[in-house]
Amino acid sequence: MNDRFEIPARLRNTSMFLIAVGVLTLVGGIACLLMGHNSTDVDKSRFWAVLLHDSVFFTLITTISVFVQAAVSLAQGAWLVAYRRVPEAIGANVWVFSAIAFVVMMFIVFGYKDSHGMNPIYPWVTPGNDKILLGKAAFLNKGMFIGFTLASLGLWSFFGRKFRAMSIAQESAPKNDTKIYWKVFRLSAVFLFVYALSQMSISPWYWVMSIQAHWYSTLFSWYAFASAFVSGMSLILLWVVYLKNQGNLELVTKEHMHDLGKFMFAFSIFWTYLWFAQYMLIWYSNQPDETFYFKMRQQGPYSIIFYANFIINFCMPILILMARPSKRNYFTVTFMAMVIIFGHWLDYFQMIMPGPLGENWHINWYEIGIFMGFAGVLIFSVSRTLTKSSLVPANNLLLKETVVHLS
Amino acid sequence: MAIKKFAVAAYDDEEVLFPAVKKVRKNGYKIHDIYTPFAVHGLDEAMGLKGTDLHIAGFIYGLCGTSTAVGFISWIFTSDWPIIYGGKPHFALPAWIPITFELTVLFAAVGMTLTFCYLNQIMPGVKKHVFHPRQSDDLFVMAIEINNHTPENEVMAFLKATGAKETSVQMAEEGWWYGRWDKKEAYEALNAG
Repeated sequence: MNDRFEIPARLRNTSMFLIAVGVLTLVGGIACLLMGHNSTDVDKSRFWAVLLHDSVFFTLITTISVFVQAAVSLAQGAWLVAYRRVPEAIGANVWVFSAIAFVVMMFIVFGYKDSHGMNPIYPWVTPGNDKILLGKAAFLNKGMFIGFTLASLGLWSFFGRKFRAMSIAQESAPKNDTKIYWKVFRLSAVFLFVYALSQMSISPWYWVMSIQAHWYSTLFSWYAFASAFVSGMSLILLWVVYLKNQGNLELVTKEHMHDLGKFMFAFSIFWTYLWFAQYMLIWYSNQPDETFYFKMRQQGPYSIIFYANFIINFCMPILILMARPSKRNYFTVTFMAMVIIFGHWLDYFQMIMPGPLGENWHINWYEIGIFMGFAGVLIFSVSRTLTKSSLVPANNLLLKETVVHLS
Repeated sequence: MAIKKFAVAAYDDEEVLFPAVKKVRKNGYKIHDIYTPFAVHGLDEAMGLKGTDLHIAGFIYGLCGTSTAVGFISWIFTSDWPIIYGGKPHFALPAWIPITFELTVLFAAVGMTLTFCYLNQIMPGVKKHVFHPRQSDDLFVMAIEINNHTPENEVMAFLKATGAKETSVQMAEEGWWYGRWDKKEAYEALNAG
């Protein structure tokens, strides 16, 4: 069985090219800021906001792989085991994106003020005389921000590496030994608890929602989680399809692909439910301190993204992925996975950009270049991790069950 | 529906049943149905049953629900009895989405339930012939249609060879009917005669 993955030259070159594009874009962005004679506050905000957008987006979608492993281990599910090495490899690289995100956030919180001495991305850093911001200062302050950011990023990175290490330890454990299995089971429960308190509540409040610190929505984190979850599952699917095309992952059949397709379909609907729940209640009650958030996005300069968001993330998945044959077709699921990742990247874009940039948003060389750079880092790091172990989780107690799995 | 002649074989183990089903299909006999005490995974594939189209019916019922809801509410609020609620426009689509969603689910659920009952020929008060009283207890019962191409003795000998615990030949109504068990007496008489 072809259970070792060797990085093909083409993949390595692609990832190197993408990383080079990202680095060049970053250098270009810095050069524009330093040498541009007319670099305004908006240009500076754009520089930081784009970095924040991509680092948060990539951290969240890679962490989904850790979440999926934990949820499936706790439910004792076997459907994931056939390609378990893929989420493990993605999860083991959460630390890369966590580190980048942490550096970017620290720069934004500490090293960045506009010409008026204000922080245009996180306005609570410089509350001034703003009564609302001063009222929230017990939660929105630098110490709490750094503490929660460090704790959540650190714990996600730790668990991502820990799950992979335990799964590889199972390979050399005595046959049918259940010790590691139950250890994974217990740690999964711990991780889900941590995750519920971080990604599903506090982290998106701090990293994304506090950009418009006057506004709040209690289900915002669920909405951000749903967005990340769909794209995280799509990311796993893209890797699985790629590895299958390389002749690896022979145990993975259409039944397993069908499962991933179901997740992409079902959680697109779940995302829409939360997206609409947040929108409709604010639209209905029509309070000015809540509606300004949507006025800007729906009727203001972001309306094209607002409607594209709905069409790409709801209409396309529900129409294309609803039928059973389309979830079992490698072309449709791959296409939809790319569409969904792009759609939710747009979703995070419209969550983050209106605060610092106002109506001066762009999707231009800088945004696309930085995205390509992050994608390159993802491809490079995950493919390197994949080569380090067998792609078949041999000796896993559920291996037999996953081979005969029917979706 | 019609009364037909069936060769009935009862097996006491699914591990005997599966090879038997394979052999029956290989010999070209027509399986009327197989009755099992519990859901047996893979039996539908072994019998060569097609996947159901019930979900396509469900999609159409759902579309009916969506269009009923949107059409009816928009007719009321924009032309029949327009009232301004909470400063919203007459055509206040976001406010109708929950009702539209519920009606979609309701139409799809009720429609699919009824279609499911129709496809499986089950309904309160509706009767179907029971080939073996233990088919819902501990026996796996396979009924094979006997017609001009499948002589009775040949089928019976064949079924015994596949490891059946009990075999019998029965005249039975193949479909469902509403009312009393009148037909039972009718084909008991036929069986006797």
